[in-house]
Amino acid sequence: MKPLRKRRLIFVLSIVLGLGAAIGLGLYAVKQNINLFYSPIEVVEGKAPVGPLIRIGGLVVEGSVSIDSDSLKRSFKITDNAESVLVKYEGILPDLFREGQGIITLGHLGSDGVFEASEVLAKHDETYMSPEVADAIKKAEEEAKARKGK
Amino acid sequence: MIPEIGNLALSFALAIALIQFILPLVGIYANRWRWILIAGPATMVQFFFVFIAFLSLSWSFYVDDFSVQFVALHSYRSLPVAYKIAATWGGHEGALLLWIFMLSFWSLAVALFSNQLPSMTRARVLSILGGLAVGFLSFILFTSNPFDRILPDFPLDGRDLNPLLQDPGMVIHPPMLYMGYVGFSVAFAFAITALMEGRIDSLWARWVRPWTLAAWIFLTAGVALGSWWAYYELGWGGWWFWDPVENASFMPWLIGTSLLHSLAATEKRGVFKAWTVLLAIAAFSFSLLGTFLVRSGVLTSVHAFANDPVRGTYILAFLGVVVGSSLTLFAARASSVSVSGWFDWLSKELLLLLNNLLLTVAAVMILIGTLFPIFAEAFDWGKISVGPPYFNLIFTTLMTPLVFLVGLGPMVNWRQYSMAQLGRKSLVAAIVALSIGLLVTFFETQHVAMDQFKIFLGVFLSVWLTSLALSDLLTKSRGKSTAKFRKLSASYYGMHLAHIGLAFTVLGVVLTSHLSIEKNLRVGVNQQVSVAGYQFKFEGVSDFNGSNFDGIKGKFIVTNDGDFVAELQPEKRRYHASGQWMTEAAIDPALSRDIYVALGEQLPHSQDWAVRIYVKPFVRCIWFGALLMALGGTLAMSDKRYRKKVAAKFSPKTKSSSNSENISNNSAA
Repeated sequence: MKPLRKRRLIFVLSIVLGLGAAIGLGLYAVKQNINLFYSPIEVVEGKAPVGPLIRIGGLVVEGSVSIDSDSLKRSFKITDNAESVLVKYEGILPDLFREGQGIITLGHLGSDGVFEASEVLAKHDETYMSPEVADAIKKAEEEAKARKGK
Repeated sequence: MIPEIGNLALSFALAIALIQFILPLVGIYANRWRWILIAGPATMVQFFFVFIAFLSLSWSFYVDDFSVQFVALHSYRSLPVAYKIAATWGGHEGALLLWIFMLSFWSLAVALFSNQLPSMTRARVLSILGGLAVGFLSFILFTSNPFDRILPDFPLDGRDLNPLLQDPGMVIHPPMLYMGYVGFSVAFAFAITALMEGRIDSLWARWVRPWTLAAWIFLTAGVALGSWWAYYELGWGGWWFWDPVENASFMPWLIGTSLLHSLAATEKRGVFKAWTVLLAIAAFSFSLLGTFLVRSGVLTSVHAFANDPVRGTYILAFLGVVVGSSLTLFAARASSVSVSGWFDWLSKELLLLLNNLLLTVAAVMILIGTLFPIFAEAFDWGKISVGPPYFNLIFTTLMTPLVFLVGLGPMVNWRQYSMAQLGRKSLVAAIVALSIGLLVTFFETQHVAMDQFKIFLGVFLSVWLTSLALSDLLTKSRGKSTAKFRKLSASYYGMHLAHIGLAFTVLGVVLTSHLSIEKNLRVGVNQQVSVAGYQFKFEGVSDFNGSNFDGIKGKFIVTNDGDFVAELQPEKRRYHASGQWMTEAAIDPALSRDIYVALGEQLPHSQDWAVRIYVKPFVRCIWFGALLMALGGTLAMSDKRYRKKVAAKFSPKTKSSSNSENISNNSAA
């Protein structure tokens, strides 16, 4: 093999190997860092894991929002119109957070069924509902209908 | 009447774009000279019509024509005029029109400044740009027409522009970003032309370089502006969220940066030809993909608004056609590209290749993280999101070696360089960077070991990069080395300026990420809280009125051990049309730190407020660095060699149709 071609071959091989390794590692890193989404009904039915960082979403239940009198510790319930989950959160809520509004929270589910949220997200368009929340509500409604049908 | 003119103008533009796309290409194969020559005029006429359409929409906003649905949804009578104009791109249809406007603007620039190109090449480039215009014009006309009317019962007032967008950032960020995004279409058109003609050489690279550079400058400024805007407007003090839409603008930037560097190698040494062409295709494909991600609503993002699925399908199909056909063409033709040039293991070529690999892999990794939720959904793996930890991990891992090598790149020669010389030249920089890095780490002791290491690494890398750039500048500009370096080009200075900008951005990112102090507190009236050595006294809130909102203004007196630092007045605004609340943070900026105060909400049954108080060291460095990068790019673009032939053009023998600001006439050897 000519030295030039040999050099090119080594180049191409090392690039392909490097890219392959990088993408492999990347996919592994993705798997370590994904946050699964669960709806309140799935949490209540025990389908959501206790411990890891997950997201749950739904509508804020009317009248469920309360706050500690001397700190920023709060609690509220979120629902998919079938079941609801109690969420505890310490911090500042987004401007679009209000009762009846669709939100997503990121945090850990405790063994007592209470969700300790580290982040609360509400979208910044009033008419917009995140697809996860919309989907969860639709599914819960369908399920409720199916139950009634029986 | 005006909206109808706009609508008509769009239809004409589509017809002209079809001519611009088809006739020159057919002309080239059928040998019809007139058809080939039509490319230039067609481009100009197409721009004219798109411009009319754009003006019509802006005018409709200006005169509050709420019978136009798009205006009714995105404007409001008492909205300030500047925001009325900016509302032109405040929603899907208008943003798309801005996209098309930018595309025809770039096409016009190519038509005006490419007289030096061979006629066939020029016609091909303009024809491909025309093809892209056809795709987008039919998209807007058939799925998202901004001129649709609501008749006869149109509303008396509009629904108002989303309050989040009512900010000076809205006036400049989207046009800048789109200029950058769409600007890569020129490099794309040149790449496809090169594949069609089977000709990729130094001359080709010199044609493409200034266009790529121009797009890159706008994109750099656009991305930085977006980050700065998010920082002060979203009200939670973050400057980068790895949000899908941010990623959509960042991936083309990474690929574009990669393309700039590989173009340098192709121009100077005639190497990496096929790779450069592939990057040019990729940069624009990533822009298209970004448009798809933003406009289709397939992703959950802070930019996601309710969307029509037909639109997503159309862009996806268009994306498929563009990427598919270019890659097919590439596969068929790339092997014909001859390889010349030899280089050693230690050479500028090799360092540029590593730069390209790292940047491209970074873009691919971000793509994986961004698209993973879509695939997971499609394959029913559950609804997932990929969090910032993934992106931070991947990105820092890849950028660390990159920034290290950026320091070395400029002083290594083409073809080969000696390791001993490299070591000698970088020894001082290494010592300086190591000692400053260790010094900073030594004084920042309140962090865990891992964070301390990251701070050290960040400081080391930015000092390393800056001192190498400065020493290279000093030695070469003094002409102490060799005579051939005495005349340094503008692009040489531009490169170093941009690299120093990178050093600033790295420094800002690392220091802000690890040294920021962020507190969410419950604060009562006249209560004083202490954060990061500053005292914040809350003096209560007062009501105030704006043009289309009213609100509450808080007052904080910031002191440092009794010395007055700033008075900050963060706001909560309630917009009349939507009733939506918005947070306006108050920031006391300084080079070394920002003090950031934002109001949360008034807590029930008390006079207390939830307040965010952040002290963010060196956060300005991030955007200052980006500004230096954009300035460096501008300096590089002013390089004489991109304009060499212009002077010759003014000689009496040739037609004097050229323009003195001509930046792309560069057929000089």
